[in-house]
Formats: sequence, structure tokens, C-alpha cells
Amino acid sequence: MSGPTAGGEPGANGVNPDKDLNAQNLPGQRGDHGEAIRVQRGMFGARNGGDTSGYGGLVRTVRLPGEATRPYGGYFDEVADELEGALEEQGLLPESAIEKTVVDRGELTFHIAREHLPRVARTLRDDPALRFELCTGVSGVHFPGDKGRELHAVYHLRSITHNRLIRLEVSVPDADPHLPSLVDVYPTNDWHEREAYDFFGLVFDGHPALTRIMMPDDWQGFPQRKDYPLGGIPVEYKGARIPAPDERRSYS
Amino acid sequence: MGLEEKLPSGFALTTVEQAAGWVRKSSVFPATFGLACCAIEMMTTGAGRYDLARFGMEVFRGSPRQADLMIVAGRVSQKMAPVLRQVYDQMPNPKWVISMGVCASSGGMFNNYAIVQGVDHIVPVDIYLPGCPPRPEMLMDAILKLHRKIQGEKLGPHREKAEREAEDAALKALPLIEMKGLLR
Amino acid sequence: MSASPASPRETTEGTVYTVTGGDWDELAAEAKQADDERIIVNMGPQHPSTHGVLRLILEIDGETVTEARCGIGYLHTGIEKNLEYRTWTQGTTFVTRMDYLTPFFNETAYCLGVEKLLGIEEQIPDRASVIRVLLMELNRISSHLVCIATGGMELGATTIMIYGFRDRELVLDIYELITGLRMNHAYVRPGGLAQDLPPGAVDQVRAFVKKMRKNLPEYDKLATGNPIFKGRLQDIGHLDLAGCMALGATGPILRATGLPHDLRKSQPYCGYDTYDFEVPTADTCDAYGRFLIRIEEMHQSLRIVEQCLDRLAPGPVMVADKKIAWPAQLALGPDGLGNSLDHIKKIMGTSMEALIHHFKLVTEGFRVPPGQVYAAVESPKGELGVHVVSDGGTRPYRVHFRDPSFTNLQSMAAMCEGGQVADVIVAVASIDPVMGGVDR
Repeated sequence: MSGPTAGGEPGANGVNPDKDLNAQNLPGQRGDHGEAIRVQRGMFGARNGGDTSGYGGLVRTVRLPGEATRPYGGYFDEVADELEGALEEQGLLPESAIEKTVVDRGELTFHIAREHLPRVARTLRDDPALRFELCTGVSGVHFPGDKGRELHAVYHLRSITHNRLIRLEVSVPDADPHLPSLVDVYPTNDWHEREAYDFFGLVFDGHPALTRIMMPDDWQGFPQRKDYPLGGIPVEYKGARIPAPDERRSYS
Repeated sequence: MGLEEKLPSGFALTTVEQAAGWVRKSSVFPATFGLACCAIEMMTTGAGRYDLARFGMEVFRGSPRQADLMIVAGRVSQKMAPVLRQVYDQMPNPKWVISMGVCASSGGMFNNYAIVQGVDHIVPVDIYLPGCPPRPEMLMDAILKLHRKIQGEKLGPHREKAEREAEDAALKALPLIEMKGLLR
Repeated sequence: MSASPASPRETTEGTVYTVTGGDWDELAAEAKQADDERIIVNMGPQHPSTHGVLRLILEIDGETVTEARCGIGYLHTGIEKNLEYRTWTQGTTFVTRMDYLTPFFNETAYCLGVEKLLGIEEQIPDRASVIRVLLMELNRISSHLVCIATGGMELGATTIMIYGFRDRELVLDIYELITGLRMNHAYVRPGGLAQDLPPGAVDQVRAFVKKMRKNLPEYDKLATGNPIFKGRLQDIGHLDLAGCMALGATGPILRATGLPHDLRKSQPYCGYDTYDFEVPTADTCDAYGRFLIRIEEMHQSLRIVEQCLDRLAPGPVMVADKKIAWPAQLALGPDGLGNSLDHIKKIMGTSMEALIHHFKLVTEGFRVPPGQVYAAVESPKGELGVHVVSDGGTRPYRVHFRDPSFTNLQSMAAMCEGGQVADVIVAVASIDPVMGGVDR
């Protein structure tokens, strides 16, 4: 096992799946070199009420799909070549801008270092061989288990000229949730970035007016982060009280 | 006009009550308070097939000053709540509120940080209308029930008495959690 | 007293200005600054002409809008967060309530995303895909009808509103027959559909197509050539191709600039590449062009609906993989809910394992391998994209909807600034924002 040992605590059976992945008594894992986002304990995720299935001691690290190796297939190689070439022409080492490239389920994702995001986006938009004219906005994702890279900003870029779609992903730590704004390159991201700020607390430096857009202006906290509760209330019926969805027993 | 409120309790007031109730129920002016999916069904109710004009209330007023019925059609968010209350406060008395749909009535499936869990936290509600969204027929049923309520509305001393009785009954009623019976 | 050319002096009669001559340019500049004509108007969030709970903040100089901004979020429902506490299948119940005028598009986009995560796109039965297309195209008609109807009402044209809702009722009757609900269907499920078409549905859709072919030209007679209607719509809400690209506007707004961009053609899903239809465009970049495109798209949708009916072959409507497939052979029970008596008989009477499996599938749900996908469909308003992230659990880890209404509404400022106040209504109506989709 070559990857990092995030969440590498031994399970109840004394076996650490990260270290002893080659042990014959453990199931194989999908993508063992991607980012670890959480640790699954037991089979059913139930924490209260006990797990009588006999799988209660199972400990498994959940990883996102890992880095891909060339060839990526389809038009992905062409896009990657063009992007790397165009960045080199501008005197920017592709390795320093593109942290890694993931190909999963027929989609290409470039993980971009945050300081180089505007440059990469501008290159993707302006280079005639790339021409990603349309940005479909930014979607924030919060991975509290992905230490040092908790907040992800995900951009999808569509090229109408070449009929292509790629994804850019930028990761920032919770402690320093700053990344450059793309409003200069794609004005459509104006509201999208405000939304990501409103829900996740991602601070887009250089945005013309980064204020809350969905929640009231005086709202406390960033409601769609994983550490923010759903905020439901228990519902009363005749002689019974049903807890809010986030406080019920969960099987996930 | 205010005069009816000053009549002494008795036969005259009962007669005026009936007349005022009939007049009021026959020309209810709803304020447009469309919020979400229910607003589309509310508009459908006003349109051709269901034709709310049959009950003398097809004219939805844009201004709350000219309206006496607020149909809260849809989910009320925390951000919308103060606006809703302000619109309600602008409506002249007497005024009624229909909470249309399960989101307005109780928050419904959106039991979360963003939605007010029932518009009765903000304004008094006369009719709760379930459904997601309720069919136009259901809205018309709610409106007809409200008409019946308006017809029977008391005035002056009668109203004070009715209000006192309603409050006493509410104070004596069992809370939902202490009721026995089927889960519903 | 100061030496200013026009100095104010307070008297018992009020402020008295003493003009002592001098530089009139300065006076003119001052007067311009104290312009009483420039006012800020706050429209909404509860206003009959703002298409829902949209708040418009307009800075007006006389009748001219000098600056326009939107205030949104008055219908923010937290649906994306709610999804994270429900199973993947239950998710359709929530997404269908986002843009409540295009429920089938929300459901299909979400389900395409989940199916892509599961890697079962190829296993979706043909019949399920055909019914999805059928319902989406019917939905395109009903959504455009509401857009035209409410847009007309906001202009003061009540007749067109009555017409639009009359025809929309016909579509809603079909929905009700097929899904049991007029709105908020949750009919499209990951892996297929909730149930098959009921008997009589095909005939009713055929009758509808025939009737709609007769009704659609009425809109042309009523509005398309109407000089007042044209006068209100033509050259209003101008947004050219460069503006659309920069602001990410898609759908009829983009096609009104002459670019025939339609995901059904460029990135086909649900087998759209096998259907014969055209992508209407206009080159006027204005509200009138968008109206014409919507009318023509309804004609094209009718063509697709007919092709769907022709190719409906008997077969399953749910994937064969029993680890994912919810029971889909449902019938309406006396309690008004869908149920499958055969299925209940089997799991209760013959197979304990099937009962356990059914129980676990319905209460716990299926697991989706970790990863993220983006699925997009061409909704009546533009590109409806779904970014779905899974962490390998039985619930979505994060679902983000890129709703076309949200993105298109940003172009309101570009369309309205410099125009007249009355034209703001036309421009907003031509964007066709649905606040449920904007705020989610």
C-alpha cells in the first residue's frame, strides 16, 4: 500500500485495512490511491442501537477515484496535451498548476492549485484548441475527513465549439478557505461564487461583491457544510415524536 | 364600517352579523401571495377550467391594502417570513389566511434550516389545506369552508364571547403528544 | 456668508438661495447631483409582475432604468442539504420540487447522474428511456405554456393566460393518469421509472397531440402577429451571443441569438440522437425571438412525443439488477398509493430472503461507489446540470443543481439597464425564471 495512511486506525479485529490491504481476509477496494474522505465503520453505519450483523468491527477507508495514467482515452488526451502545452508557452510549469488528473466514469477532472486557477481558466477559455466558452458555475463540496483539503470548489466547463466537457477541482483547507475568483474570466460565476460562499464559506478573492445570496444577510454559519446541522425539528404526532431526519438512525 | 361593532348584544346584532357575513363572504379579495408550486395551482384555480369567478373571487389583488384574504401558497423561507408578516400587517381588517399546502402548514418535507415550520408561527391561520400541492378542487373546498366561516363570523360583544370560549377550549385541550390513538 | 456663487441662507420662509452670478457650470453640476428624478424602486419580493418571489431593485431616472439588480433567496428551501439525509431513491422526491414547472427534467437529470455513478447507463431499459423522453417533451410543452401564459398576464394580456392554462390542464391530465399527480411526481427513479404506463395512457397522449396541433396555432393568431404584442416584445431585453456566453445563459435566450446549441443534439441522453426534430433559432436576440422559439419548440416537442408513442415497445421499466431496482410493477391500491400485490404475495408468502431484501432495499437503499459525476439535460429554460458526489454510502454526499433559471436570471441587469421601467417586466418574463429553481 503506497498511499497516505489517513484514518489508519486498526479496526476491532486488529487489522488496519490501510496497512494490511494485501491481507487475504479483506475485500479489495475500489481505487486505493485516491483522496481518503472518511472511514466507514461497521457494515450499516448505525451507531445507536448496535449492529448485530457481525460486521460491526469492519473498518474501511473510503476513497475518491485516484489519479489516472495516460492515455486517458477519447478527447481527454488532446485536451490535457493542449492545456499543458499552452501553460508551458506562458512560462508556467504544468506540474505546478495541475496537481493531478483524474479520469472516472467517462469524465476528466483537473485538480488545479488554487493560485493558478485564473490562469488555467483563462487558457482553457481563450486557447483556440480548447475554447471552453461556457462555465456552468461552481459547486462547493465539504469533505471534513479530507484533512488539509476540506473544501472543494468544482467547476464544470463546456466547450460548444468542440462539444466537450471537463471539470476543474480546487481544494482549500478549512482554516484558509481562500481561492481566486473566476468572475473576470467567466462573469457567469458571479452568483455561483456568491452561492458557494453563502453555503460553504469559500472566500473568492477578487469577487466584486461577495455577499450572501440565498440566506438572509445576518445569517450565522454556512448551512451546507457537513458540520452544520440540517436544522430540522422533531415532529409530534398523536402520542409520538419523530426526530428530525438528521437525528434518526442512519444506514449510510 | 365600525358601527356594527357598537351595537348591543341581541337580535339587532345577530341580524347585522348575518348580513355582514353574507356580504363579506360573497366578495372576498385574495392577495396574491404565490410562493412556490402551490402558486401555480392557485393560478390554475383562477384560470379557465376551475374558474374561481363562480365564487366571486377571481380578482387577485396585487396590493395587500385592497385584499382581505391571504392565500399563503408554498414554502415560507426564513428570509421571506418578515416580508410575509409585513404584507399581512398591511391588509385591512377583517382578514383571513389560508395556509395552502403542507409546506405552509407545517414545513412539510422540508424540515430544515431554511424553511419556517408552519406559517402559523408568523400569522394566524384560519384554514389549513393539506396536499403537495393541493388540487384546485381542494383549494376551492378550502375557500368554500372559509366562506362558511366568514358567514358565521360574530361581531362586537358576540365576537368577544366567542373568542373567550375558543381560548378556554384551547387551554383545556390536550397537547398532541399526550393524545392517544392512531398515529396521525 | 460664504463667497459661493449661490449660497443658501436659512430664513423663516425656508431656504433662500442668493445667486450672485459666477460659474453656472458648477450650479448645473450641483443641480444634477441633487436630481429628484433619480429614485430607487424596490419591486417585490411580493409583486404580481415579478414572476414569483423575485425582488428587483431598480434605480430609475425618470422612466429610464439606470441600474437593475436582483434580490433572490426568498424561496431558498435547502433541498440540496435535505437530499443528504435521504436515500438515493428518495432524492427524486426532493429534486422534483426544485423547479416545479419542470419536474421531469429535474428527476431525469438527477437519475442520469445517479445512474452514471452506478455505471448502469447502458442497462436502462429502452421503454423507460422512451417514457422519460415522452414525459420530458410533454413537460417542455407545459412549461413553455406557463411561461407564455404568465408572461402575457404580466403584460396585461389576460386572454393568453387563460389560453395557456387551458392547454396546460390537458398536459396535467396526462401526468395525472401516468404518475397519479398533477405536479411533483417523483416518477423517474434511479434505474428506471416508478411504474409502467397505465392502460389508456397512449390513447390519451395521441388525443392530446391531435388537440394540441389544433390549439397551438391559436397562440399565433392571438399573439405572434399582434401589433401590440410585437410592440411590447420586439427589441426588448436584448442580449447578444457574446453576452449569453459571458453570462452563461442557455436555452431559448441563447438560441434567440442564432446559435443552435441544444444538449439534446450536442450531448444526447436518453436516446435523443435517434429522434427526428429540429432546434429552432431566431436572430433577433430579444424577447420576441424567445417567444417565437418557445412556440416552435412546442411544435417540435409534439413531433418527438409522436415518435415516442410509435416506438413504445412492451418491456420492463426498471433495470434488471435486483440490488438497485425498486419494485416497479405497481398498481393503484384502495388507499390511493401505488402497490404491487404480486410482489407482496411473493415476498410475504414464499421467500423470506426476498422479504429481507425488499425491506433493506426500501429502508436502507442501495450503495453507490464513491466518486462524482456531472449530468446535464436540456430543460425548457436551458442547461440543467447536476453535480452528484457519492462517498460510497446509501445517501447522496452532495448534490448540486446548476439550474438554468438561476444562471439566466443574472442576465436581467444586462437586459434591463438603459431601458424603460415597463420593459423590465417583459425582459424578466422572457428569461422565464422559476424561483423554485433559482433558490432551490
